[in-house]
Amino acid sequence: MEYEVVIGLETHAELATITKLFCGCSTQFGAEPNTQVCPVCLGMPGVLPVMNKKAFEYALKAAVALNCEINRFTNFDRKSYYYPDLPKNYQISQNYYNLGINGCMNIDLNGNRKTIRIHNVHLEEEAGKLIHPEETGADYSLVDFNRAGVPLLEIVSYPDMRTVDEVDSYMQTLRKILLYTEVSDCKMQEGSLRFEASISLRKKGIDKLGNRVEIKNLNSMKSVIKAIEYEAIRQSALLDKGETIDRETRLWDEVNGKSARMRSKEESQDYRYFPEPDLLPVLIDEKWLSAIKNSIPELPLARKQRFVEAFKLSDYDASILTEEKVLADSFEECVKIMDRPKAFSNWITNDLLREVKDRKLDINSLQIKPKQLALLVEIVEKGTISSTIAKEVFSEMVQTGKDPQKIIEEKGLTQISDEGLIEAVIDKIIASNPSVIEDYKKGKKNALAFLVGQVMKETKGKANPKMVNELLKGKVGI
Amino acid sequence: MRLLESTALQIQEKILSKEIRAKDVIKLFFERMKDIEPHVQAYITINEEDAIKKATEIDKKLERNEKLGLLAGIPIAIKDNICTKNLHTTCASKILKNFIPPYDAFAVKRLKEEDAIIVGKTNLDEFAMGSSTENSSFKITRNPWNYNYVPGGSSGGSTAAVAADLSFMALGSETGGSVRQPAALCGVVGVKPTYGRVSRYGLVAFGSSLDQIGTVTKDVRDAAVLLRVIAGHDLHDSTSAQVPVPDYSNGIDSGVDGLKIGIPKEYFAGGLNKDVDNAVKDALKIYKQLGAKIVDISLPHTEYAVAVYYIVANAEASSNLARYDGVRYGYRTDRASGIVDMYCRTRSEGFGNEVKRRIMLGNYALSSGYYDAYYLKASKVRSLIKKDFDIAFEKVDCIICPTSPVPAFKIGERANNPLEMYLSDIYTIPANLAGIPGISIPCGFSKEGLPIGMQILARHFEEKKLLQIAYTFERKTDFHLKKPALKASVV
Repeated sequence: MEYEVVIGLETHAELATITKLFCGCSTQFGAEPNTQVCPVCLGMPGVLPVMNKKAFEYALKAAVALNCEINRFTNFDRKSYYYPDLPKNYQISQNYYNLGINGCMNIDLNGNRKTIRIHNVHLEEEAGKLIHPEETGADYSLVDFNRAGVPLLEIVSYPDMRTVDEVDSYMQTLRKILLYTEVSDCKMQEGSLRFEASISLRKKGIDKLGNRVEIKNLNSMKSVIKAIEYEAIRQSALLDKGETIDRETRLWDEVNGKSARMRSKEESQDYRYFPEPDLLPVLIDEKWLSAIKNSIPELPLARKQRFVEAFKLSDYDASILTEEKVLADSFEECVKIMDRPKAFSNWITNDLLREVKDRKLDINSLQIKPKQLALLVEIVEKGTISSTIAKEVFSEMVQTGKDPQKIIEEKGLTQISDEGLIEAVIDKIIASNPSVIEDYKKGKKNALAFLVGQVMKETKGKANPKMVNELLKGKVGI
Repeated sequence: MRLLESTALQIQEKILSKEIRAKDVIKLFFERMKDIEPHVQAYITINEEDAIKKATEIDKKLERNEKLGLLAGIPIAIKDNICTKNLHTTCASKILKNFIPPYDAFAVKRLKEEDAIIVGKTNLDEFAMGSSTENSSFKITRNPWNYNYVPGGSSGGSTAAVAADLSFMALGSETGGSVRQPAALCGVVGVKPTYGRVSRYGLVAFGSSLDQIGTVTKDVRDAAVLLRVIAGHDLHDSTSAQVPVPDYSNGIDSGVDGLKIGIPKEYFAGGLNKDVDNAVKDALKIYKQLGAKIVDISLPHTEYAVAVYYIVANAEASSNLARYDGVRYGYRTDRASGIVDMYCRTRSEGFGNEVKRRIMLGNYALSSGYYDAYYLKASKVRSLIKKDFDIAFEKVDCIICPTSPVPAFKIGERANNPLEMYLSDIYTIPANLAGIPGISIPCGFSKEGLPIGMQILARHFEEKKLLQIAYTFERKTDFHLKKPALKASVV
């Protein structure tokens, strides 16, 4: 039987505020357990939450970037459940008046676009973290509340995805938008970006959705894809046997590449939502909203399109450039200084990214500046150094942040364009390679390339290759 | 002992004029405490050592002519659901028996800034849930006017302490009348400010949309000073109002000439005790003599107030009390297997019956499928009750009615009938639902010699007018000057 896989994603992104959502504690990752806590985020008796306006604005910004309708009246609701990492045993979240509803996001599938609808975007607080002792049979667990109360953005998509490629593109695009709008650092390894998937199958051509299964504990984008693939196979096997799919929540086991039931629909929790009486509703007026709208930069997909059209870049290069906002920004700055988009695109997408990868550099704190890259391109064009030498200079620039002229000077890398000097070297090479000259004269064309290479080697790559070529041809007599 | 019967402002005057030292007052105070407190049982924690230290400090400041705060030298008691730094705050619950907050409530911080002397933490119904102070996990507070009777509740410890001269002033808290009702039953003055007037920071939450800290004093002028100190905006409470705090004492003697007093017919209906009815009607005659106009009004949705209240308050309480789980602080069971068992045992062992009853009612009202029928419906009716007051206040300046339908009842009399107990708050609850301020002042005595209180209600943030109207009556009468014959009534 052929089935259509129907997939929706729930995304949690920690917002990049310095302090927590309802108190002044730091949100810094990696501190000693329970050192970034106070009576408010520990849920002590009698304390009250006070909303972090910055966090709300970040959430609003993301909702606008995801084309949501903004609820001009929003408030917080309490979501009740018991768990030791949840200090108050309720989470302050949004349920009745979500910040943003009915949004959408375009994803790119090898040049084709698809629109994925967003059900809602809302703001809530993080829980703490349980730490289970390593010893076996321990009769206790510990709780670290440093994370409790960190602002969390939840983005719920409609079940509009049909393939893992679409899911992959959705995750990548969403991540880029959150990075572009600077509302989250999206570090998956630190848990600041997390996904949960819901999957159902239906026979091709049938409208009615099948029973959906939710999958939690997906620690990377790769595990999201693997878990969906696993789940699609599991469900189709059951359907083929004539069995029905239970509505349930399953936990993904990354090590074994399997999922297992966490709870069935019957066991699902009643969260007993009701409006949070400790916080005032938030009213969003036109002025505030338009200030937020104006603060949103051009988003990745639109920017890529513009790069292709305005700079005549390939779709591939443009999408690599717009992958990271900082790259696209640097590229545009370079082009502003000097109208050589193709050259800059090559330097950034090939050389810079290779350096970043090889040296494990942080793309957001690179030493090389756009002005310096423009200088390098100019120097190459002038013929001061060859493009081979330029690569060496570039690598040095990335490592040290020095200006290209300075590196060229220090290392004596200036191109040799003095005819006399080059001829002297050529004569030496011809003299020591008589057999090659013979071959060349017999018609072996690539013998010339060998000779050019020898000259370049002798000059440590500094000889002007064009001149070497011409002079050499003249010497061996054509 | 006459000295301890004086009002807070009177004792402060004596201290400031150096007629008596603050330290001597506090010593006399704790002597009386040893004598009387064992009978009244108003306190859960007594803060003697700190209080003496603070009194000595004040005397020194006075000697050095240093500037002193508005409440300098005044012994004050605090209901034990209001957090006091480094001093036990138990909410009269086993679950918080050993809880010592590392922070002060905003109101407590203000008291300290104004040099008040905190003498102890007073008894209450567990987590302020009750109308008789019988629901305390630790002790039953007795009405100083007759030890066989309840002091009312839930701030019964605070009102009994002030009535028995075991404190000059006290803080209480209201969710549905918990200051006004026991104030009426103990013959003292109780103010419930407008919702948002006093920060709730540090008041252990019961029904967050209703909770408000209030004052308990021997007379109206003391209330004016105490309210001025604790009122005001607090950055730590988003629901606290950014409305300037006036000097409530200034112009308190302006009288009631020409003022329109509304009498809601729904508050004088069946179930109202005859003595209470008479006392309040006599009080209205006095107001008339003083130049006020009496206007009949109607608050048509009054009959739904108790039902609405027990849905809203319990729903919020069920959520507010979820944090007492044994994980981070407070009581934890010592025999649990696994986390769910730990939760269940901790909460079963730590909470009393009334608290459990309300948590269950509240959770039920919020559960999926019932939310619309209960919580949402109750919220809508709450708006109608609020609107009743808005309409009434278009015609009148204040509303006067009984505080409680009955004077104090006997200990144990209503303990096994929660419904009857809930009806004790029938006249006080509407003001909490509407968020308006109210005051209860003494206005007579029952045949049995138990105090009767009447309450005055006004528009949001009109505490000043409220105090002025109350003071006008108080100045003309002497109900507030009567003292219980404590020794004689010891059982």
